[in-house]
Amino acid sequence: MEPLLAIAFGVILAASAYLILSRNVLRMVLGLILLGNAANLSIFLSGRLVGPTPPIVAAGIDALVAGAANPLPQALILTAIVIGFAFVSFVLVLVHRAYGALGTLDTEAMREAEPAHEPPQPTPVTSPAPRKEAA
Amino acid sequence: MPSVILRTSARPLLALMLVFSLYLLLRGHNAPGGGFIGGLFAASGFAVYAIAFGRRAAEAALRFTPKAVLGAGLLLALVSGLPAFLLGEPFLTHLWWSVLSTALVFDVGVYLTVVGAVCAFLFELTEE
Amino acid sequence: MDGLILLLPLMIPLAAAALTAMLWRSVRAQRAVGVAAAVALLVAAVTLLVRVLDGGVVASQMGDWRAPFGITFVADRFAAIMVVIAATMALATTVYGLAHDALDRERAGFHPLFHGLILGVIGSFLTGDLFNLYVWFEVMLIASFGLLILGGSREQIDGALKYAVLNLVGTTVFLIGVGFLYGITGTLNMADLAGKVPLAENRGLVSATAVMLLAAFGLKAAVFPLFFWLPASYHTAPPPVAAIFAALLTKVGVYAMIRVFTLVYGGAAEWVGPVVAVLAALTMLTGVLGAAAHYDIRRILAFHIISQIGFMLLGLAVWTPLALGGAVLYIVHHIVVKANLFLIAGAIERAGGSYQLKDLGGLSRSQPLLAVLFLIPALSLAGIPPLSGFWGKLTVIRAGLEQGHAWLAGVALLVGLLTLYSMIKIWNYAFWKEPPEGAPAVSGLTGRTRLLMLAPITALAAVTLTISLWAEPFVAVSLEAAAELLSPTAYIAAVLGSPAPGPTVLGALP
Repeated sequence: MEPLLAIAFGVILAASAYLILSRNVLRMVLGLILLGNAANLSIFLSGRLVGPTPPIVAAGIDALVAGAANPLPQALILTAIVIGFAFVSFVLVLVHRAYGALGTLDTEAMREAEPAHEPPQPTPVTSPAPRKEAA
Repeated sequence: MPSVILRTSARPLLALMLVFSLYLLLRGHNAPGGGFIGGLFAASGFAVYAIAFGRRAAEAALRFTPKAVLGAGLLLALVSGLPAFLLGEPFLTHLWWSVLSTALVFDVGVYLTVVGAVCAFLFELTEE
Repeated sequence: MDGLILLLPLMIPLAAAALTAMLWRSVRAQRAVGVAAAVALLVAAVTLLVRVLDGGVVASQMGDWRAPFGITFVADRFAAIMVVIAATMALATTVYGLAHDALDRERAGFHPLFHGLILGVIGSFLTGDLFNLYVWFEVMLIASFGLLILGGSREQIDGALKYAVLNLVGTTVFLIGVGFLYGITGTLNMADLAGKVPLAENRGLVSATAVMLLAAFGLKAAVFPLFFWLPASYHTAPPPVAAIFAALLTKVGVYAMIRVFTLVYGGAAEWVGPVVAVLAALTMLTGVLGAAAHYDIRRILAFHIISQIGFMLLGLAVWTPLALGGAVLYIVHHIVVKANLFLIAGAIERAGGSYQLKDLGGLSRSQPLLAVLFLIPALSLAGIPPLSGFWGKLTVIRAGLEQGHAWLAGVALLVGLLTLYSMIKIWNYAFWKEPPEGAPAVSGLTGRTRLLMLAPITALAAVTLTISLWAEPFVAVSLEAAAELLSPTAYIAAVLGSPAPGPTVLGALP
């Protein structure tokens, strides 16, 4: 099972890299979602697939039964999913507004903040003109 | 325009979902549940309400602006960690008095934070 | 008691963010809470620093869960210094923000987001857990996204989109690295990792995680070649936001890099030094050359952030107590100076009506005080003795020469020269030359606005002058902080307790 999931991790990562390299912003966002899922999968795998039993310590015992799942990666992934969800929704709203304001989803065409041509160079500095002394 | 069925059922649904969300919040003490899922449940009640009656009405039903609810939740969660300092324990060490505890205050804080955050989101995305 | 001192710098911005959100409808009340919180934060931060300088590392375990299992907060000298400097910047920009009549921005949530940002930054400095560091990064990021698009101009949305996407990629790579590291060692507590990473058998995988963390923190810190988001976005933000971004965000990346590579990887990844050396040199050069090509004050300053990050990395590249001490001192100096320059840029815009150098002129005559106040951080940034930048550069370059990195020292000196060129360019065009034909004669820098803008600028200039003229204690504390970074036994003992607990059962190596 673990090698299979490791390969899945690699495939998802490759797909997300492909999508993020796209010039279309919407595809980039899809790539980000995939990348987040790849990260969650890697954490899940890092905790090892030890067993399907819920990691709950029964009354009267003070240790986990053998074969109990590792609870820590689940907690980490839950946190990461919630954070990822917030970010993806934020970026989606941002993309929506960017499309409204800039009229394009092509990153090459988004040159508002960094215009392709800077304003022309200022005239060379000359030494300050002598003050006009008040007569 | 939403259907008559939705508009008629949204009000009782909101009440029902709020009650159930409180049940989930309190149940979280010893069983699956808790502030997070309870908050999500309450927020989805408001979402149904917003779809049926529009954003203004949902905001009015919530009484406070969602951001204020979020802030109150954060503050409550912060405050729940403070009594530990009185006993010289580290922050967020929870104290228990039979069924009541500071952990419950923390959970209520989480509940309000989630309600506030999700509603803030939904209301922004809901068309008037 | 120690727990309270350690956590107050976190609780104050959290409470401030919560309270300002609750007072959503009253901007006036939000401002009052904001200023009060910023003052309280500075007091709490200084208390923490005094406590750490007197009694060594402070650590606290949240909810009383023992160290490698629960969430740890910990402050050593380096962390405490960073908290104090972050609190100083928060206060300065809060006061400056009052002058910026931006009621729309404040109604849209400037205050809660601002305190959320400070919370994320201070959390990143104080946390002792790698996953927790990721969470604080995200707190900081989401607040910074919000701050960046307040106002919602086309330019801002464009900048924010690039900033958001690139930073999200960075933090996700960080998360994958954290996952792998957990897979290797079975722990995420940094003090615990310090003991377990050198024992890991799979050295290749350890190096892979090191590369992932280096890339992720490098992206946060705007290190070559991952800096593109910074010049695309910083100049679109309003001055107080740009100032706090310039002061703190990239430095959190540098802080995380120094913390992780001194503590977690210790000597376990020897290749990091030479790699960082090359990256540092390229970062310095690209930043300063980018700045030379621009004629918008904010874009010049944004590119200079990149070049200065290179200096800070020199400390990590040379890897001696002297070099790291120089880096710590340089970070402190840089945060104060760079934030101040962005604040001054806002004041220049208010006085001259533009950020474009070609539209400005004659400010040395109409705003003589502003001109003097500009010269202090500008010359300090370029490293002119006896200003604060000189001491930082002197320490770092000397450490480089001692270790035989003459070429690095040469690059650093060249970059210093080019920095001076950029600063003189701003001085010549904005202050010295005659105002261009048809420039608006009206100055917006008067009365209450002038007071609220120039007071924080003056205060930060005074901080710079203090570090400059009374450098001895600052150098001494920086060197102590560096020594603590390079031999973190006190840090580890404070977190884990003297007898380190046995290996964790769950998630340990099979």
